[in-house]
Amino acid sequence: MKGLKTFNRGGVHPPGNKYLSEQKPIKNAVISDLSVIAMSQHLGSPSEAVVSPGDTVREGMLIGKSTGFISGNIHSPVPGTVKEITDIYLPNGNTSKAVVIEMEGEFDRLGKEVIETSWDHFSGKELIDIIHSNGIVGLGGATFPANVKFSIPKGKKAEFLVINGVECEPYLTADHRLMLEKADQIIEGIKIIASIIKPEKLAIGIEINKENAIESIREAALRAELDLDVIGLKVKYPQGDEKQLLKAVTGREVPSGALPIEIGCVVSNVGTVNAVYEAVVLGKPLIERVITVSGGAIKNPQNLKARIGTPIKSLIEECGGFVEKPVKVVVGGPMMGFTIYDLDTPVTKGTSGILALTAREVKGAAQTACISCGRCIAACPMGLNPTTLFKYIDHSDYESAENIGLMDCKECGSCGYVCLARIPLIQGFRLGKRMLITKKVKA
Amino acid sequence: MSDNNLIIESSPQIKQFDSTSTVMWAVSLCLLPAGAWGVWVFGLRVLGVLFASIMAAVLAEAAMAFLLKKSILNTIKDGSAILTGILIGFNMPPSIPFYIPAVASVFAIIVVKWTFGGLGGNFMNPALAGRVFVFFSWTGPMTRWTMPKTLTAVDAITNATPLGYLKSGLLEYTGSVKGPADFLVETGYPHTGLDSVVTSWLNTNMGFNLSDGYIDMFLGNIPGSLGEVSVALLLLGSIYLFIRKIITWEIPVSYILSFGILIWIFGGTRYSGGSYFSGDVLFHLFTGGIILGAFYMATDMVTSPLNRIGMLIYGIGIGFLTFLIRIYGSFPEGVSLAIILMNIFVPMIDQYTKSSRFGVQIKKVVK
Repeated sequence: MKGLKTFNRGGVHPPGNKYLSEQKPIKNAVISDLSVIAMSQHLGSPSEAVVSPGDTVREGMLIGKSTGFISGNIHSPVPGTVKEITDIYLPNGNTSKAVVIEMEGEFDRLGKEVIETSWDHFSGKELIDIIHSNGIVGLGGATFPANVKFSIPKGKKAEFLVINGVECEPYLTADHRLMLEKADQIIEGIKIIASIIKPEKLAIGIEINKENAIESIREAALRAELDLDVIGLKVKYPQGDEKQLLKAVTGREVPSGALPIEIGCVVSNVGTVNAVYEAVVLGKPLIERVITVSGGAIKNPQNLKARIGTPIKSLIEECGGFVEKPVKVVVGGPMMGFTIYDLDTPVTKGTSGILALTAREVKGAAQTACISCGRCIAACPMGLNPTTLFKYIDHSDYESAENIGLMDCKECGSCGYVCLARIPLIQGFRLGKRMLITKKVKA
Repeated sequence: MSDNNLIIESSPQIKQFDSTSTVMWAVSLCLLPAGAWGVWVFGLRVLGVLFASIMAAVLAEAAMAFLLKKSILNTIKDGSAILTGILIGFNMPPSIPFYIPAVASVFAIIVVKWTFGGLGGNFMNPALAGRVFVFFSWTGPMTRWTMPKTLTAVDAITNATPLGYLKSGLLEYTGSVKGPADFLVETGYPHTGLDSVVTSWLNTNMGFNLSDGYIDMFLGNIPGSLGEVSVALLLLGSIYLFIRKIITWEIPVSYILSFGILIWIFGGTRYSGGSYFSGDVLFHLFTGGIILGAFYMATDMVTSPLNRIGMLIYGIGIGFLTFLIRIYGSFPEGVSLAIILMNIFVPMIDQYTKSSRFGVQIKKVVK
């Protein structure tokens, strides 16, 4: 469609495959007997476990304390006993301490009546404290602590609050379902965030492949008499990246290396907004999230509301298991997600999807030398030159890579998606960044 | 519960369908109809030429892979050597002795491609460099043309391509003609019965004012390199390449447009009573290697620029050079030379046409 807003550089159109799960209402997942709660579920320093083996915990009790400015609190998703504190692998390959809880006893919230409390009397500072103490992090994928994002630095002003309902990753429909089923709560959440950062304008961007979600949010905003600009965006990956979203919605470009607040914007994902609502109005810490379980190898794709710490295996079983053997199991979306080999890996706050993909969907091919087709350059939303970046990194010339913008790469995967030679571009960029950071720390 | 059969790799976890080898095979496939036309009009000998060029290319590729301790099978499977072989065969006259395309292929693969690192490393189109190499080494056989069997009029003098016939013929010609097609008709260059029928139908019913001969040029009823003559079938193949998004419009369109405009402005001045802005664009597009060059060889990914703007500059450059060689140079054709000359400029074009980065303002250096 013409005239729809979008970003101007690059972008790709992978098959959406959202039809697999977009009609499926959010369902509460079975709670696992054993929960493994990682202490590193967010961007920043890991939380510190405040429980010891043998301790009894209640549902929603603090078990991991935030350890720095950029860090988050972690709460027990289930009542029970702490069995052990162990080391686990996270989907992204890092290791983390994890608290293992054996479920027993009574739930404090599950099945109990929900009590809504009014929040108008809270100051912005108090609201930020509530968000912090309930461990709310960005649920769009980056898991940036929400309280930090909503604390506007001195001298800066938030003109725009832009809500991200784009969900541009293929397969994922968790945000879509939230916007359909929790529109009023999301609108209330937007009001809460707006009362903290006091923006001049409120907008929400939603790709037009979710027409009913656009309608649902528009109606909810009308009901709540909230002046919210609901913007239908062109379907193009990575429209849901905050820089591309802001370019589409406000026409402004976040300068290289800066945060959105530099151009007067704060971006928050609809899932996060819903979590803020639940924390402030219902007093509920972030102990569960909506996860799309999908992919060609899953028998019955669904959107499940699962407790943090649930083993991925149990969610896959709940969706009927595999209809055929997957070649990859992915945590997150197919463009930015991580492959895992251990299906006991637990759900974390950042788990937006679990995908079991078949060879037909993955489309692997033999790696060849770069044939300079230029597709990666045409695909890069940041205007970078992935092939040259990769060549520098391949020759261990990290400084040259940095000079042509390596640090601007946010690993959206557009270049890797179109690469004819199947060069592991993103893997190279991750390596390059890590080498640069290590060098800087040493220096 | 670990599963060792699951693939662990870096994101993105899904890829688009095409890969290096599917692209090479798709281009090869799209050349098939035009090659089949060559076999049909020039005889079965053409198969021998294609076999020689393809086999030599594949064997040279295998030899290099062996010497450099790479997997021979994987190297061949990417399809690039076969495509180079096909393109070299396509650029040969039908009567060429078999060793010439073989030498061209070996030169292309070993000297042009592998001395610069193999696939992706060469700065010049291997097929064209191979062709130019044998062209200057065996100029006689490389300019000896066979009449297509669809052109029945057998005349020793007309045993030249329309462009070659024009280049040499115009030097001595004293009569008055409007343009190149008119010249061919006036001097008795043969054309088919089908051509006369279609042309007169077009002229009476569709309001055209065409000389005889254009339909033959479009269909491929003219002498020429064995794969380049059928404009119609080459275009047909290129439609598939466009649909599959294997080639983009930038290079072919800028090439054909710039070449066409230059021909239109200056091409008419070579004829008696000719003036500016009267060149015969259609004639020049339908003859020689323009279509094969524009859609299948200038678009070679390895040797063309990376960015869209760069591609446009590159296309315009080839158009300009082809025009210069054809109209003012001593060769009747100019496509191969124009493309490999522009290949040399590609690194420089890439240097000056970098994409603008998101969130980076171009800072002017204040002295």
